Amino acid sequence: MSANRVRVVVTGLGATTPVGGDVTSTWAALLAGQSGVETLTADWIDTVPVKFAGTAAADPAEVLPRPEARRLDRSEQFALVAAREAWQDAGAPEVAPERLGVVVSSGIGGINTTLAAYDTYRERGWNRLSPFTVPMLMPNGPAAWIGLDLGAQAGVHATVSACASGAEAIGSALDMIRAGRADVVVAGGTEAAIHGLNIAAFAAARAMSTRNDDPAGASRPWDRDRDGFVLGEGAGIVVLESEEHAKARGARIYAYCAGVGYSADAHHITQPEPEGRGIIMAMTQALNDAGVSGLDVKHVNAHATSTPAGDVGEVQAVAKAIGTHPLVTSTKSMTGHLLGGAGGIESVFTIKALQERIVPATINLDNLDDGIEVDLVYGENRTLPEGDIAAVNNSFGFGGHNVCVVFKGA
Amino acid sequence: MAATEQEILEGLGKIINEITGIPASEVTPEKSFVDDLDIDSLSMVEIAVAAQDEFGVEIPDDQLKNLKTVKDVLSFIQG
Repeated sequence: MSANRVRVVVTGLGATTPVGGDVTSTWAALLAGQSGVETLTADWIDTVPVKFAGTAAADPAEVLPRPEARRLDRSEQFALVAAREAWQDAGAPEVAPERLGVVVSSGIGGINTTLAAYDTYRERGWNRLSPFTVPMLMPNGPAAWIGLDLGAQAGVHATVSACASGAEAIGSALDMIRAGRADVVVAGGTEAAIHGLNIAAFAAARAMSTRNDDPAGASRPWDRDRDGFVLGEGAGIVVLESEEHAKARGARIYAYCAGVGYSADAHHITQPEPEGRGIIMAMTQALNDAGVSGLDVKHVNAHATSTPAGDVGEVQAVAKAIGTHPLVTSTKSMTGHLLGGAGGIESVFTIKALQERIVPATINLDNLDDGIEVDLVYGENRTLPEGDIAAVNNSFGFGGHNVCVVFKGA
Repeated sequence: MAATEQEILEGLGKIINEITGIPASEVTPEKSFVDDLDIDSLSMVEIAVAAQDEFGVEIPDDQLKNLKTVKDVLSFIQG
């Protein structure tokens, strides 16, 4: 790490999740061990083998003004709700438009719009489509709407890497500020993919839990009886800012966004590489980039999605890259897996954990699987030590994408 | 049974309110969509699509661009 590099801080947080409509309610629910996963009642539910998901606690179409909501895909609605919360939380910074950027992404894009518009086109004809169909379905739509809302001109980007998308967006925002392209960047991930087709497709990949008789118990990372991930929806957004800019305006600083590491498995399109080579590389690079040692890292918000293949391999890689000492948790046990939104909300949770020095316990972990040496947090929340500590958010995606973001306490 | 001008005006006001947020009470015959109501061309397409569903009258694109005021739309729908 070069000594004179720009340091980047987190000054605003926003989230809308299956357990709460904002950061405060979401964080309280996580500390209380509440699951946001419930049985679905959609009209297509009989056509799919998975009958439950983590539906957002607050319907974004009810939060936004009606004329605005109807022009936005649900993934864009979530993103805008969370971005406005984060922006207000940051004190609505005064920043020159050409120094303000946005990096926000989803894994799948506006798929509800794509599918509904296809039905409209087939059944009623092209001229019944909304003129906003294209901006609703394009995967850069959430970033673009936030950019419009804030007047961001330094660059508006949407990094797409499946379930690593949200974390990659935050890493990319960090890179953008370090490169001198912006002073403030709004970054994170969003997803609205609870639809019969998506559930059918993930079920076809044998990736989803089918624990239909116990939805709240279905997401159970590291438990022996885990049987797949649980789909969730929502968005998590952070405001990143150069330390110089934040201090000049007297902003409250949650944490440093200290480093990022990226890698690709180059192994299989969906299966994790069994030795953890790629995720070890991402974590090692992230620590180097942040200028911290493994011993400095006291907490890991793991990717752990509750799939048989991924969970244990990840923490074995954590043990190799960081050590067995960090307090490791999977908040997906409560929120489900938000795909491209995961890195967004879980970065928010990692930052809250650093700020409040507490790690929410993984729920549904009744029988610990074999081969786990790291200090998993379950049964009860655990406190983090005072002092100069770091924490890590891991996100991995179909395609073999690995992203690790390091935050340091302010 | 054909709708009266008042019924069409009320229906149009509801559509415009739904799409733009402009209060239906401001949608009066003499208003210009662009100059008075600040409605852009894509919103006009949305309004036309909704009006076609509501009133069962097709509004072709080459006609839509000639509909400058609320009164123009009322007249078009009434034929």
